[in-house]
Amino acid sequence: MTRSPEALADDGVLKFYVAGDDGHGHAEGGTMIGFWIYLMSDCLIFASLFACYAVYGHAYAAGPSPADLFELPTVALNTALLLFSSITYGFAMLAMEKNNRAVTIFWMLVTAAFGMGFVYLELNEFAHLIHEGAGPQRSAFLSSFFTLVGTHGLHVSVGILWMFVLMIQVAWKGLGPENKRRLMCLSMFWHFLDVVWIGVFSFVYLVSVLP
Amino acid sequence: MSAGNAAGNVHVEVLHDHDEAAHGTLKSYTIGFVLSVILTAIPFWLVMGHVIVDSQLNAIVIMAFGAVQIVVHMHYFLHMNTKSEGGWTFLALVFTVVMVAITLAGSIWVMYHMNGNMMPMKPADMSTMKM
Repeated sequence: MTRSPEALADDGVLKFYVAGDDGHGHAEGGTMIGFWIYLMSDCLIFASLFACYAVYGHAYAAGPSPADLFELPTVALNTALLLFSSITYGFAMLAMEKNNRAVTIFWMLVTAAFGMGFVYLELNEFAHLIHEGAGPQRSAFLSSFFTLVGTHGLHVSVGILWMFVLMIQVAWKGLGPENKRRLMCLSMFWHFLDVVWIGVFSFVYLVSVLP
Repeated sequence: MSAGNAAGNVHVEVLHDHDEAAHGTLKSYTIGFVLSVILTAIPFWLVMGHVIVDSQLNAIVIMAFGAVQIVVHMHYFLHMNTKSEGGWTFLALVFTVVMVAITLAGSIWVMYHMNGNMMPMKPADMSTMKM
């Protein structure tokens, strides 16, 4: 991706385009738009899972209902963790802008810690539900709940893994254009997951427990 | 984007401006964070404090806060605007929003009517049904 603009620079005639491309700072020949389109397709996956939950959310099969199961203080804590992780990743991006490697890695570590706290609480909640006999096989409501929230949790887990890989890369190779591009992609991914979580806590947790 | 038609020292300035727009600043992240905290805290308070008695109204209010917060995140954290990548990211977003709306509204609408017509009936209803 990065090589093609450099090749064009030798051409002389197309130097104008190189300058224009540099104006993007980090456009990197369409990586950002490509990653954005991936996120949008991911958004469609979540939309269909939300639609499933909307359809099955009341099919309790004489089993427990959301009001019986969901503990809102835990959900509020989860939401806070994810929201904090969003702004700490923002701080990592600001440190990246200043080419400050150590501070970037520090904020990524903080972000990963918040993310791991989120996943830990969610797994705890899942284990608790399954222990109570409210596992995904109990009713259509619980199947769709576990699928939607579990898919989001899986995304967060993969995001944390990605963050550790990037921390190693940044520590090893510094903040070159490639690593900056990767950090930008993870930034979009991470903030996107927070956007999906807004839908989850509003629609799945808060609206479901209403009498 | 606009850097292409700028020249010389002006070019550098445009580049800098664009960079800030793409990554946000400490100020923009802070504003986004504070707004998000407020927009999150209110719906939780509405539900946990049993503020609104009417469940349907409460649900609408919660979803409205959620929608506003999504816009806040898109703007302050994802730096979405109508100009980045020549407008293509925004176009992809609009397309996705349309698809999401069709998926959600269509599924709920169709399945609601399916439920209305297909749910188990009372024995009395069964006896009057023409086989």
